[in-house]
Amino acid sequence: MNPKPQIIKVPEREEISPAAAPGVPAIEVHDLTVAYRTQPVLWDVDLALPEGKLIAIVGPNGAGKSTLLKAILGLVPAVTGWVQIFGETYAKRRSWVGYVPQRESVDWDFPTSALDVVTMGLYGRIGWLRRPSKHHRETALSCLDKVGMRDLAHRQISQLSGGQQQRVFLARALAQDARLYLMDEPFAGVDATTERAILTLLKDLRASGRTVVAVHHDLQTVAEYFDHVVLLNLRLVASGPISTTFNADNLQRTYGGKLTVLTQATEALLQKRPLESGGE
Amino acid sequence: MELTFTARNVLIGATLLGALGGTLGSFALLRRQSLLGDALAHAALPGVCIAYLITGTKSPLPLFAGALVAGLIGSLLILATVRWSRIKEDSAIGIVLSVFFGVGIVLLTFIQKLPAGNQSGLDKYLFGQAATLVEDDLKVMAVLGAVVVAFVVAFYKEFKLLSFDPGFGSSLGLPMRRLEVLLTLLLVVVVVVGLQTVGVVLIVATLITPAAAARQWTDRLGAMLLLSAGIGAASGAVGSLASASLSRLPTGPVIVLVSSSVLIVSLLLAPQRGILWARVRERQAAERIRRENLLKDLYLLGERKADWATALTWPHLMGVRGQTGRELSRSARPLIADGLAEQIGDTLRLTPAGRKEAEQVVRKHRIWEVYLNRRLELPSDHVHRDAEAMEHTLSELAVAELEEALGFPESDPHGSPIPPRRSQRAAS
Repeated sequence: MNPKPQIIKVPEREEISPAAAPGVPAIEVHDLTVAYRTQPVLWDVDLALPEGKLIAIVGPNGAGKSTLLKAILGLVPAVTGWVQIFGETYAKRRSWVGYVPQRESVDWDFPTSALDVVTMGLYGRIGWLRRPSKHHRETALSCLDKVGMRDLAHRQISQLSGGQQQRVFLARALAQDARLYLMDEPFAGVDATTERAILTLLKDLRASGRTVVAVHHDLQTVAEYFDHVVLLNLRLVASGPISTTFNADNLQRTYGGKLTVLTQATEALLQKRPLESGGE
Repeated sequence: MELTFTARNVLIGATLLGALGGTLGSFALLRRQSLLGDALAHAALPGVCIAYLITGTKSPLPLFAGALVAGLIGSLLILATVRWSRIKEDSAIGIVLSVFFGVGIVLLTFIQKLPAGNQSGLDKYLFGQAATLVEDDLKVMAVLGAVVVAFVVAFYKEFKLLSFDPGFGSSLGLPMRRLEVLLTLLLVVVVVVGLQTVGVVLIVATLITPAAAARQWTDRLGAMLLLSAGIGAASGAVGSLASASLSRLPTGPVIVLVSSSVLIVSLLLAPQRGILWARVRERQAAERIRRENLLKDLYLLGERKADWATALTWPHLMGVRGQTGRELSRSARPLIADGLAEQIGDTLRLTPAGRKEAEQVVRKHRIWEVYLNRRLELPSDHVHRDAEAMEHTLSELAVAELEEALGFPESDPHGSPIPPRRSQRAAS
């Protein structure tokens, strides 16, 4: 019953070919309902997300954003509904999907190095009863290099700043060499340098044909960083390209009476801010 | 030292147990499940009693099996309670521990009132009685220990991922639930192995204490496992030898005392994490601040008259910061020793090397003032106090970047010149 280790060669080239059939969505969610105990946290979500885009999941606290990611990954059980990744079940597409959990979800005082954490992204490929080889270490190092962390590879992870820890998580996801990345708040609480580094990385991933779905909290930067937005508040409010979907009307429906957030959002819509002054 | 046959058995058993406990305890510690081992040990007690009631013997294997089964049931109950109810792990551990232990004590009392019961010797499972270890016990311990070590070696990287980030492991397709059950089973085996030697009540110490001590010395999981096993084994050996040579001392508690001493020393002395070193670092920082302050005072007093050659008197320098003569002497001594200042009678002045050193402190101070004044738009009379603190913490690199970002200012907000960056020659 144990899933077989996935033996997949690291592709030599950065570009990936488009998914099995053209026009198949990267993620298709149908009638998904998730509940913790009797409390529903996601209701009847129907969603189709296109391949090759940067996609933001936006919504107020407790809207079920992280839960949606976890349900796609099968980390929380669904009450009803199904999820397909590139037209297949997640179990079959697991090796196509990379995951970046929330930074706070782990203990950063764990006795391990940045390089070690990134190597964990290769564990599925290394297989049972084997140790990471020199080749795996080099793959992990090159992933750290892509997030500008090569010099800190051997540093214990508690000695890294929050932004650097976030970059280690991203490097670990890169090591998975996935086609679709699910990221839980990659921009949360990072410094300006890291924010720019992550953004560059996302754009690189998109340029090579990959898809990124990220939970995002900063309404001011949604339109600037992403192509596509999913507005969520227990139910799906709207999903579509930024230009047609990310408007005041939909935000009003997502955030309801939370005026402070709304003001921020409208402000962001009225004046698109340059990257340098955004963030915080 | 001449060892009796019993003492030899105790030595081997305690060393083996220490190594196993240290290994599995490391995972328990990192997964914040320190108390799980405690619960498992307490849960094993009714198993021992029931096995005795059924078989009527006190030979090791049946009792071992009873403890194993009861420990497993206890551990699975904890995992199930957490997964299927709203009860959190710490409460689940507490509930299972006390319920099983209560049942165990009732059974134990019942057995001791039986005609043959008072000779059963089952009470040794409460506090452990290593002297009762016989050759057969050691064989069972050795076999089980080898199995445990083989599993840890085989699944080392999976256990590491399980301990660090189980959610990510699941997303890789690794069966994290099953790995968790496996790791818990191994913990149960180790606990049961240790019951006879250390007893239900203290077994948790053989798991957690060596692991906590080892964590102080290393930032690598592999090294931590080895070190923890080593500390556990050494504590077992030293503890059993000590209790053998000092008659009537119980083995289990002595082993725990030895490993606890190692833990205390580790908490105090380990580099990076040790409490004493933290104190030393604080002192060093304080000394550096005193030293930099005196350098700067000497520099600023000289700057006023553009004359650094004239030595300054002790009372004059004491007045700058309202220091006593003793405090000033304490600050001056390291400067003189390093050749940065020279004492001429009752006066002090900077050497050329000291003046260069002082320039760098003043430079940090003034560049920070410019930054506060220009970028944060603080008025120039509000920036000095903040710069007093920052001059001791800013690195040379940060200052160089600040200087560039500010467009290489030539003077601070009060109009005093900013000394240039230390030249390469002087730095080397």
